[in-house]
Amino acid sequence: MGLELYLDLLSQPSRAVYIFAKKNGIPFELRTVDIIKGQHRSKEFFQINSLQKVPVLKDGDFILTESSAILIYLSCKYQTADHWYPSDLQARARVHEYLGWHADCIRGTFGVPMWVQVLGPLIGVQVPEEKVERNRTAIDQALQWLENKFLGDRLFLAGQQVTLADLMALEELMQPVAVGYELFKGRPRLAAWRERVEAFLGAELCQEAHSLILSILEQAAKKTLPTPPPEVYPTMLLRIARIP
Amino acid sequence: MGLELYLDLLSQPCRAVYIFAKKNGIPFELRIVDLIKGQHLSDAFAQVNPLKKVPALKDGDFTLTESVAILLYLTRKYKVPDYWYPQDLQARARVDEYLAWQHTTLRRSCLRALWHKVMFPVFLGEPVSPQTLAATLAELDVNLQLLEDKFLQNKAFLTGPHISLADLVAITELMHPVGAGCQVFESRPKLATWRQRVEAAVGEDLFREAHEVILKAKDFPPADPTIKQRLMPWVLAMIQ
Repeated sequence: MGLELYLDLLSQPSRAVYIFAKKNGIPFELRTVDIIKGQHRSKEFFQINSLQKVPVLKDGDFILTESSAILIYLSCKYQTADHWYPSDLQARARVHEYLGWHADCIRGTFGVPMWVQVLGPLIGVQVPEEKVERNRTAIDQALQWLENKFLGDRLFLAGQQVTLADLMALEELMQPVAVGYELFKGRPRLAAWRERVEAFLGAELCQEAHSLILSILEQAAKKTLPTPPPEVYPTMLLRIARIP
Repeated sequence: MGLELYLDLLSQPCRAVYIFAKKNGIPFELRIVDLIKGQHLSDAFAQVNPLKKVPALKDGDFTLTESVAILLYLTRKYKVPDYWYPQDLQARARVDEYLAWQHTTLRRSCLRALWHKVMFPVFLGEPVSPQTLAATLAELDVNLQLLEDKFLQNKAFLTGPHISLADLVAITELMHPVGAGCQVFESRPKLATWRQRVEAAVGEDLFREAHEVILKAKDFPPADPTIKQRLMPWVLAMIQ
């Protein structure tokens, strides 16, 4: 059995891994784990990842979680082009610097609008308006830092070429974009960065990776989204409760 | 000017960087940035790091923030022993996996445990509701269990038979709730013996030195009103 990637394209880090593997022609078996259907809570998937999260990589007996670890592993094992995860000491440090900040300020924050507008309502939960506002402010502040400190007048977030940082960032930003947040409005530098990243990845690959989330509002409106089974309610409620 | 490390040993990630540099004999100028005096919020420090956070590294013209980035930079530049961040692809991936996981989980709960149990009520004079404290400590418990069950399991160290960056980052995190008076190790014999191994590998003297400040956190005198006013927005943003 070759490389297997357990992913749900609803999930931002899953998309980053998917796009990276596809862009670099890394052969893998896609194992879709449908989060809304609760497949991540199944006994089978527990054997793969006891944390019950995606993405997960399985390479023979070797199982690896955490998207940044997976991306680094893939870039090294498949010896992808140096720019993704540069071997230069300082250039690589900049990628890790971004990933550290991303874990604190982007991850978690940028996923909230999807919970507010789609996932919460699926189980009949409405997130209070003050939390939505607080999240909007947090998103705004993060975007300011993203644009001013990380992008600056560079072409990409960690330097002059695309790195793992840009991929992780783009996929987080797509989450609120998919539910109507105009993140790039009034942010021409960031908009230009997004275009550059998407141009580099290729329109076809972006379309493929983003088609699920970009259709999510429509699916929710038409009530064609799967109904989450009762066993996933507790974790969904916990996640919603953690929204500051 | 050689390597400069801007640190406050009150901060968990600063302790990891400090211990790592000292243990590996990496020469550096220590630049103390006193967090409870608000020095990280000064204009002077903003010149070093506009994000106003520690740790920060300055190596000539090269400035770097984020503790994991700093640890990896030091690892590569100073060619430390392989076990800290192994060359072997899978062994290294295990370290990367832990370093990624801990950000939003153990790191967050250890930070909140310190602030909710000690720093808010004692240092800032701001009461914390029993429910908030209970929720924070419950979350810490969950993450400690994950540390044991998913990462440590029956190994000597988190990612294998040797100490790595993962253990250093983890142990310095756990000393935060220890400093707050939480019983982190008392009811967890597996974690307690792992702690002993990590301390022995790091060196007991160095470990003690690095943790002097956090172990006195309960005894910090209350902040004066001006300092408190200055620090509050930063604290509230930090522990969200």
